[in-house]
Amino acid sequence: MILNIFTDIHELLLGLMSEEAAHILELVLIAAGYLGIFAILGLLLVWLERRVAGFFQLRLGPNRVGPMGLFQTIADALKLVSKELTGTVKADMQLYKLAPYFVITTALMSLALIPFSYEIHAFDINIGLFFLTSVSSIGVIGIFLAGWASNNKYSLIGGMRTGIQMISYELSVGMSIVTMVVLAGTLQISEIVEIQKDGWLIFKGHIPALIAFMVFMIAGTAESNRTPFDLVEAESELGAGFHTEYSGMNFAYYFLAEFVNLFIISSVAVVLFFGGWLSPFGITDSIPFAGLFWFGIKVVGVIFIFMWFRWTFPRFRIDQLLTLEWKYLLPINIVNIVLMALMVWLGLTF
Amino acid sequence: MKEEFLTDQLKTQEYFLNMGPQHPATHGVLRLLLKLDGEILRNVDMDLGFIHRSIEKMCERDTYKQIVHLTDRLDYLSSHINNEAVALLVEKALNIEVNDRIKIIRTIMDELTRISSHVLWWGVMGMDIGALTTFMYGFRERELINDIFEETCGARLTMNYNLIGGLRYDIHENFVKRVKDFVAHFKKKLPEYDKLLTGNIIFRKRLEGIGYISKEDAIAYGLNGPTARGSGVSCDIRKIHPYSAYDMVDFEEAIYTEGDSYARYKVRIKEMWQSLSIIEQLIDKIPEGEYKVKTKAVIKLPAGSFVQRVESARGDFGVFAYSDGQKFPYRFKFRSPGFANLTALNKMSKGLKIADLVAILSTIDVVVPDIDR
Repeated sequence: MILNIFTDIHELLLGLMSEEAAHILELVLIAAGYLGIFAILGLLLVWLERRVAGFFQLRLGPNRVGPMGLFQTIADALKLVSKELTGTVKADMQLYKLAPYFVITTALMSLALIPFSYEIHAFDINIGLFFLTSVSSIGVIGIFLAGWASNNKYSLIGGMRTGIQMISYELSVGMSIVTMVVLAGTLQISEIVEIQKDGWLIFKGHIPALIAFMVFMIAGTAESNRTPFDLVEAESELGAGFHTEYSGMNFAYYFLAEFVNLFIISSVAVVLFFGGWLSPFGITDSIPFAGLFWFGIKVVGVIFIFMWFRWTFPRFRIDQLLTLEWKYLLPINIVNIVLMALMVWLGLTF
Repeated sequence: MKEEFLTDQLKTQEYFLNMGPQHPATHGVLRLLLKLDGEILRNVDMDLGFIHRSIEKMCERDTYKQIVHLTDRLDYLSSHINNEAVALLVEKALNIEVNDRIKIIRTIMDELTRISSHVLWWGVMGMDIGALTTFMYGFRERELINDIFEETCGARLTMNYNLIGGLRYDIHENFVKRVKDFVAHFKKKLPEYDKLLTGNIIFRKRLEGIGYISKEDAIAYGLNGPTARGSGVSCDIRKIHPYSAYDMVDFEEAIYTEGDSYARYKVRIKEMWQSLSIIEQLIDKIPEGEYKVKTKAVIKLPAGSFVQRVESARGDFGVFAYSDGQKFPYRFKFRSPGFANLTALNKMSKGLKIADLVAILSTIDVVVPDIDR
């Protein structure tokens, strides 16, 4: 019956207005829904990060406002919204103000491709993964612009580091995705999930899939600018890096987008390696919206690993970061693709 | 061809970056003026004096008893050791003989101070490199030491526990037990530090071979304390000129010869182990006796100059007094370890990256109020 909710809404709208108007209204509703998901995800993840950080650092984390401190981030977000947008007069104003929207828009666009469950999947095109990687690589422009337009040397260094880092690690993320696409045989996200009904891809592809997963996790950390690859912000070196000159909501956009990107990276990992919304052994596959639960659990698990990285490791230096990518990850990746292709060709996958 | 292309086609420009006085990595209000080529450091200039409080000048209008309290504000992380330096100087000048109880308590407190300073350094070191969690782990142990201090003399940071001729209060009845508990606790936790940071491959890569300074250069720059001992210079004042109870204990001077940031890191870790060993040797030997020697109400030093050196957590802390027989010193001078160590920063970091500068600054372990006075 819950399954029918979308069809019900569709029919209700059709009864009220013409087909085109109903269609447009539906799109607007979906967009509004995704904006809501975006904000809630950001707030929840910030809360989760602070709790996890507290757990790792012998502290409690936020635990006073609301149950388990859940409303703390909402209070913080309200504070950020109400703050004055101070900035620098020396900035290139148009680009300076434009920059956060690149980041937030690309994060939102990527979010549309994430399959929350079988039922909730806004944008399922046949080149889904390709679209996802290309859209998310536009996000770097926003950070780059912020660093450049702020007219601040710390921002500039942060922006330059972003350029180097994101472009390098984009390769590894893309290559490890390609490895899994070779195994799955499709770029469409829903199909990739469907294929995994008889076993997650990480088991199906065994050795090359495991390598691809490790590479993906390393490069994904770098892509979302988190420790040990947080050179872009590197507060002990650059103050705040590229967003030094941003305040209030402009800063919050970066902050939210960072966490939503973390969610997107984790979701892609879940889709590619851990069977997306599918339940283990198909125990709840017949129940509608149960996928939401399994997807959530898997994503939180992967996010926890990313947070574990963040609160344990020290930071790389810029040259070490590039050495890791170009001398280790990229060659490993290329060999891994060939290996995977051979395995698929010889039928050695499960 | 490649070189030509770089020089002819791509015009790069060296630029200045103002790091500090308000910057998270400069540990206070130190201003560094970096000359950079991209991320590569071409030159590091230091601009000091942002927290200059004329403590040396203030000493000239204070009595010797008052001067002891001023020294808290130099290197606040080893305030007890600073107090002791002045107390020892005056005791030496006036030939005041303190008993073993005072000596041993002073030494135990010295070593606790050293551990608490090094623990804070360790936490901040991790944070500068990017591992934020270490800070909290460092503070876990530091809290225990501060609790011991609080119970002993009521203060946690700037303690004022040393006086000329003894101590302000006797030790608390729980002191021995709590110190023993702490030593047992810290012995379990120090290996955890190694697990979290020392063995980490990223951490090792960030420090090994970075910020190298040779033994000769270290001596030429007047480096001291753990910074110099990382380059193989034997300079532990506790060994060279033993004061208080250091001649009663058996400990090893932590020396590594690599001369890089990692060697300096290892020196401080080893010093914590040595401090634990010193405390263990002394904690059961505190004899009965007075905690204070009677001194005159107004202390006047005989005319002449006097020097006392102690090993603070940062190195060779020297106190010099020139007296003309009055109750105020004519000139009072502190030789701060951090100042000498900081001078080598340019030498250590030239040609490296900004991130290395932060790491090096951390392994030098600067405390800016100690440098500026």
